[in-house]
Amino acid sequence: MFSLEHLVDLPLVWYGLILVAVLLYIVLDGFDLGVGILFPFAPSEECRNRMMNSIAPFWDGNETWLILGGGGLFAAFPLAYAILMPALYVPVIAMLLGLIFRGVAFEFRFKAPPGKRGLWDHAFHFGSLAAAFMQGTIIGAVVQGIPVEGRSFAGGAFDWLNGYSVMTGVALVFGYALLGATWTVMKTEGLTQAWARNAAVYALGWVAVFLAIVSVSMPFINPDIRALWWTIPNLFYLAPIPTASLVLILLIARDLRSSQREVRPFLCAIGVFLTAYLGLGISLYPYAVPYEVSFRQAAAAGPSQSLLLVGTVVLLPIVLAYTAYCYHVFRGKASHESGY
Amino acid sequence: MFEAMDALLLARIQFAFTVSFHIVFPAFTIGLASWLAVLEWRWLRTGKPVYAEVYRMWVKIFAVTFGMGVVSGVVLSFQFGTNWSVFADRGGNVLGPLLGYEVLTAFFLEASFLGIMLFGWNRVSRRMHFAATVIVALGTLVSAFWILAANSWMQTPAGFRVGPDGLLHPTSWVEAVFNPSFPYRFVHMVTAAYLTTAFTVAGIGAWYLFRGRHVPHARVMFGMAMIMAVFVAPLQLVFGDLHGLNTLAHQPVKVSAMEGLWETQRGAPLVLFGWPDEAREETRFSLEIPKLSSLILTHDWNGEVKGLKAWPRDERPPVAWVFWTFRLMVGLGLLMIATGAAAAVLYFRRRLFDSRAFQLWCMALTPAGFLAVLAGWFVTEVGRQPWIVYGVLRTAQSASPVTAAPIAVSLAAFLVVYTFVFGAGSYYILHLIGKGPQALEEPTYGDHGIEKPPLVTGAA
Ligand code: HDD
Ligand code: HEM
Ligand code: HEM
Repeated sequence: MFSLEHLVDLPLVWYGLILVAVLLYIVLDGFDLGVGILFPFAPSEECRNRMMNSIAPFWDGNETWLILGGGGLFAAFPLAYAILMPALYVPVIAMLLGLIFRGVAFEFRFKAPPGKRGLWDHAFHFGSLAAAFMQGTIIGAVVQGIPVEGRSFAGGAFDWLNGYSVMTGVALVFGYALLGATWTVMKTEGLTQAWARNAAVYALGWVAVFLAIVSVSMPFINPDIRALWWTIPNLFYLAPIPTASLVLILLIARDLRSSQREVRPFLCAIGVFLTAYLGLGISLYPYAVPYEVSFRQAAAAGPSQSLLLVGTVVLLPIVLAYTAYCYHVFRGKASHESGY
Repeated sequence: MFEAMDALLLARIQFAFTVSFHIVFPAFTIGLASWLAVLEWRWLRTGKPVYAEVYRMWVKIFAVTFGMGVVSGVVLSFQFGTNWSVFADRGGNVLGPLLGYEVLTAFFLEASFLGIMLFGWNRVSRRMHFAATVIVALGTLVSAFWILAANSWMQTPAGFRVGPDGLLHPTSWVEAVFNPSFPYRFVHMVTAAYLTTAFTVAGIGAWYLFRGRHVPHARVMFGMAMIMAVFVAPLQLVFGDLHGLNTLAHQPVKVSAMEGLWETQRGAPLVLFGWPDEAREETRFSLEIPKLSSLILTHDWNGEVKGLKAWPRDERPPVAWVFWTFRLMVGLGLLMIATGAAAAVLYFRRRLFDSRAFQLWCMALTPAGFLAVLAGWFVTEVGRQPWIVYGVLRTAQSASPVTAAPIAVSLAAFLVVYTFVFGAGSYYILHLIGKGPQALEEPTYGDHGIEKPPLVTGAA
């Protein structure tokens, strides 16, 4: 049977790939969801049309990274998938319901006559909000650890829900709002852009607060994380991560005030997500299900991981290339003219 | 109050509901995408605006349907874990890569080029736009390839071994993907999707003809749909028959349930209608044609056909479901063939576009494809019970350790949300149909007649 087990460290490669897919999802769908979160606060109907048009060609492709993250987890770490999904049953389904409303809102809003779009504006907003919040709670719940017995989840249906996970849920809502606002700055001009700058400043403040809370609280959740971050040589190796977050946040704050800067706030906001994600990733390594199952224990059989790896190595660059092409086709500022 | 059994039943109902809901959309988008590609090709070749106008009308319907297909599909890909986590754990080594390939080869392709197909008119060249349509159409077929490979593997598993830990390990990918029932299921399903689209388009074209509206466009729709009905509907009978023979070889108990036969016998009759009664182990009030079952299944008037009693009770599927949905599917298939035959006769009498009775008939058959597809999947999936991976893993052993309450609540939420979303989607589709195709010059696309990209102004 064809297998690359002896050539590469398959579980490690897959661990990395899944983390990259999830990161791409968070960043890409993050700005879509962020636009949805900010949607009702935009000053005019025309602004809303522009915001919607700026993401309409992309949202489906962006959401596909979620399927790749979920599907990839199933393929490469079936045990982790089989434990996490039942543990997160309620928030996952709630997130999916949110994504349903968000997704159909695009098509339906374009079809509805201009005066009757309110319903789909709400669907778009509350769908995005619910999806973002649930994703944040999922992160909060996973970080706190999942009880496991044998090969299955051994907790209750609402174990995921507590103050901490609600806090991370709110934090992610603000994080996505920041991505959405800076995206809007980049893709629009005039009134819409001016408003988006203000929205971004507001979101940025909250992001900074929540990042601080999470960074300080993480080491208290698990003794290993405490040992990892708060011992002497490590502290110096890892210090660049929070420092980078801080620098990026200050940079965004400055750029948002200057009308010259249209693209850099968005790129820096992605940078903030990257640093936060990295910090989280380092804390949770090597777990696939914190703090019970490591990625090696959860790994699928060698032949299974090999087969998909070959496809991924060949196909992922192609996917990235044509995704870039689509962003290129729809480059430039969005107009308020309705769809196709 | 809630027993473990209730959780299992609820999980099954929830899965059956969401997957049945989902398949309605692919059944339509697979066929529609290919048809749109043909339309655009005709337009580029002939330059006749009528093709572009029909394209632009249907691409909007396609967009709404596709959107609903995407959001309902995303739900499914997570339900393997939320509802069937034991199955996900044990079967993940085999099924995971197949679904992974589906995402990498099909979903990204569809999702990315859909953007260009919908919003790229005037932004990319005509050829590039046509390429995008073709790519989306191919994407739907590739997607069907992988998901049907996965489903067929659950029906007729091959290319694997059971490890000491109870996990299933792949031994041959070629055997696992091209498992015994896969070629039949793939061909039968793609044909089903094409027929579903054809009969929907035919029904709407017939309605326009009947009302005397948009006649040139309606003739394109109706004519192309009837070509499908004439040639493809009979083919589906042949494919279905071959599929059934394949099932007889690999899942004979399913065939016995489809036929409603309880006793193993030579020269078995074909039961047209009846009431399969599982408690009494007989099909009551049955209307039979002697020996026909043996002839169809064994190609011999006196061939032996096994009855349901040849299997212990706990290995039989729920017979009535399989029996009735099978009749519904085949009955609709026969009606489709009759429609094609009638169209051919009318065509040679030069009355294809004029017969009002035939237009009414086609309008009545608009939902036929959807019903047949759902019925077919019920035959297949209920007929495989009590197994989730046939002969290897039972459905009852595969469920997640989730209690009944959250499943019941989420099932109710799905019911409400889907009804609402589906209702709104249908409303908009009906609205688009009511509006019909628009002349190309009309400034309906937000470009105000200017050859300027509708979505974006200014350059980066
Ligand atoms: C024979 C065809 C077929 C069948 C049996 C299924 N699907 Fe499907 N699916 C498609 C054919 C398709 C498609 C044609 O590719 C869709 C329909 C509309 C669309 O947007 O793509 C799609 C969409 C779609 C999506 C969204 C893709 C995107 O974002 O573009 C997901 C995640 C799934 N499906 C998953 C599933 C799962 C887990 C199934 C089984 C339980 C399933 N589908 C049955
Ligand atoms: C898309 C068309 C499909 C329809 C309409 C459909 C319908 C159904 C129905 C009605 C059931 C419930 C059967 C019962 O419990 O009695 C079921 C079960 C199931 N199906 Fe399908 N199915 C479809 C496709 C698929 C595909 C493509 C897959 C996998 C790749 C799949 C995987 C399953 C699983 C995992 C179950 C749950 C376990 C079980 O009850 O057997 N289905 N489906
Ligand atoms: C005309 C005669 C037809 C025959 C003899 C026939 C035969 C069959 C058989 C035997 C199965 C079950 C296969 C199994 O599970 O092992 C099946 C499934 C199915 N049929 Fe049909 N069929 C016919 C027409 C149609 C039509 C017209 C449609 C839809 C337009 C359709 C759609 C389906 C679908 C979607 C399935 C489930 C997926 C699959 O197993 O392929 N069939 N058919």
